[in-house]
Amino acid sequence: MTGIHIKLQEKFGAAVREIHNQHGDETAVADRSAFLTIVQFVRNNHNIDCDMLTDITAVDGLSLKWKPRFEVIYHFYSTKKNHRLRLKVKVDEQDPVVPSLAAEWGVANWLEREVWDMFGIRFEGHPDLRRILMYEQFSGHPLRKDYPYSKRQPLIGPKN
Amino acid sequence: MLLNIGPAHPAMHGIVRIIAELDGEIILNSDVEIGYLHRAFEKSSEQSGYLQVIPYTDRLNYVSPLINNVGYCLAVEKLFGLEITERAKYIRVIMSEISRVTDHLTCVGASAMELGAFTVFLYMIKAREMFYQLIEEVTGARLTISYTRIGGVKGDLPPGFEGKCKDIIRETRGILKECDSLLTKNRIFVDRVKDIGIISKEDAVSYGITGPFLRSTGVDYDVRRAQPYLVYDRLEFEVPVGEHGDNYDRYLCRMEEMEQSMRIVEQALGQIPGGPVLLDMDGNVIPAGNMVDEAKMGRIEGLRENQADVDPTLAGAHQSSYAKTQSPDRRVVLPAKEDTYTNIEALMNHFKMIMDGHGIRPPKGEAYLPVEGANGELGFYVVSDGSGTPYRVRVRPPCFMIMSALSHMIKGDTMADIIPTFGSVNMIGGELDR
Repeated sequence: MTGIHIKLQEKFGAAVREIHNQHGDETAVADRSAFLTIVQFVRNNHNIDCDMLTDITAVDGLSLKWKPRFEVIYHFYSTKKNHRLRLKVKVDEQDPVVPSLAAEWGVANWLEREVWDMFGIRFEGHPDLRRILMYEQFSGHPLRKDYPYSKRQPLIGPKN
Repeated sequence: MLLNIGPAHPAMHGIVRIIAELDGEIILNSDVEIGYLHRAFEKSSEQSGYLQVIPYTDRLNYVSPLINNVGYCLAVEKLFGLEITERAKYIRVIMSEISRVTDHLTCVGASAMELGAFTVFLYMIKAREMFYQLIEEVTGARLTISYTRIGGVKGDLPPGFEGKCKDIIRETRGILKECDSLLTKNRIFVDRVKDIGIISKEDAVSYGITGPFLRSTGVDYDVRRAQPYLVYDRLEFEVPVGEHGDNYDRYLCRMEEMEQSMRIVEQALGQIPGGPVLLDMDGNVIPAGNMVDEAKMGRIEGLRENQADVDPTLAGAHQSSYAKTQSPDRRVVLPAKEDTYTNIEALMNHFKMIMDGHGIRPPKGEAYLPVEGANGELGFYVVSDGSGTPYRVRVRPPCFMIMSALSHMIKGDTMADIIPTFGSVNMIGGELDR
C-alpha cells in the first residue's frame, strides 16, 4: 500500500504535524502526545499492519538550528504488506523524553538504549535504560553535535 | 550461580560478554553486554566527505564488506536520485553475492568447528580462500576492499574473471556437497543443534530479526525479493525458508542460500553487458602521452570516445572501461584522468570534488535504503544538509537485532547450548558495535 503518510494525516489531523514522501520514503512527523496512539494505529490497522520495527535512531539538529533540537526516527516495515513507514517525533533539549516502545517490540529495548547512550534522549517506561555501546562511567552523549569529535575520556573498567 | 562468559572467550567469535544466571547447567536468565568494539563509525562519518565514509563501511561487517559498500553507495545515490550504469549494477550484484557466500561459509564453518567438526571448518575456509583470492583480483584487497564508489565501482572486472569465477563456484559446490554429507545427517552435529535456540515467528518479527535467521522461522522476507534493488528483479533465485526457527534450520537455510547466491552469480555473469564496450571510432588505441600532446594542440574532438592506453602515471590503474562502470553524472564521479589533464572543465570538476570544503554534495534531504546483508537487512539512513559532509549516517546493523534476542533464545537451554546458538547468530563485532 502506498500513501500511508497521507492516510495518517487524514486520520489524526493536527497530531501529524507534517508529512513528506522524499525519495519514495513515506514519512510522518508525529506529535509526542499522540505518538503512542499513532504507533498503535500503525501496528494494528489491518491495512497498514507494520509488525516490524526495523530501526530507531535520532538526529541532532544543533548545527542546523532545528527547533526543537532532536528528531527521533522510527522505521517500520510490514512483513505481510511489504511496505515501509518512517515516523518521527521531535523533542526539545530541555525535555528530551519519548514514550518507550519496549513493551510492544522486543527490539525497542536495545535500540532505545542505544539512542539514550548516543543522544541522551530518555524513553519513558523503558524497563532498563542503561548505556549499551559506551561504558557506564562515560560522561556525555557522543553523537550530539556539541560533543567534540576528538574528545577523549579515560576508559574505566567495570566495577568489581 | 552467576557465570561470566566472555568478553574474550575461545568459543565466542567476537568480543561480547554474557552474564548468565545458572541453575546447575540450565540458564535461568542472562544479560548480554556489547560495545567492546565500538569505534564511532557514525560519529566519524560526520567528520569528512561522503567518499571518505566508504573505507569505514568495509569495517562494519568485515566478513562481507562488499555488501556494506554497496549499501552505503546505494543510499547516497538514492539521495542524489542517481542511476548507475548497467554493467556497474551487475558487478555490484556479483560481488555482493560472492561476499554473501564467504560470509555464510565463515559462519557455518566456524559454528561447525565449535561443535567438533574441524574438517568442515577447514574445507569451508578453503572455499572462502578461493573467493577471497578472486575478490583480491577484482578489488586489490581481501577484506578492506573499498570497491564501490558513489556512482559506480572503482574498476572493471579483470580479464578472465568469468572463467575463474565459474571454476571456483564449481569447486565450492563440491566442497559444500561434502560438508553437507559430513554435517546434515551427522548425529553428533544434529543432536547439538536441533531444537536448540528456538525462536518463534512472532518473537523473531518483534525483535526485528531479518535475514537467514528470520527465514528459518518461516517468515518469507528477503529484501532482494521484497523490495528489489540493483538488478535482483531480473535474476531467478529462491528464498529458502525454514520451519522451526532452531539452529538446525538456520544451518540449512544458510547452506541453501549459498547455493542460491552462486546461482545468482552465474546468471549475472551470463547477463552482464559486455566488457569494455567503449569502442573507439577507428579501432585505434592511443597511448595516453600522445593523447595529452594532441590535446595540448587543441585537438580534443572525440578524445573521450577513444580508448586510452593509460599508463600508471596518469591514472594509477588501467581504466579502459571507465565509462561502463561509472555513472556519467558529473556531480559524483571524478572525470577520467585523460580529461582532467587535457581540459579545463574536467580539471575544475576534479578540483571541486577533491578539495576540502567542496566534495560530493547531495541535495538536502534524507533517505533510508535497505539491502540484504549476509545477516539480514542492512540499512543505511543518510541525512544530507546540502554540504559536502554527511549530516548523519546511521547504519542499521542486522546482527544488533539478533543479539538483542540472544538472551531470550538461550533462556532455559543448557550452558553448552550457548555455543551453537551464538554461532548461528553470526555475530560480527564490527557491525554490532560500529
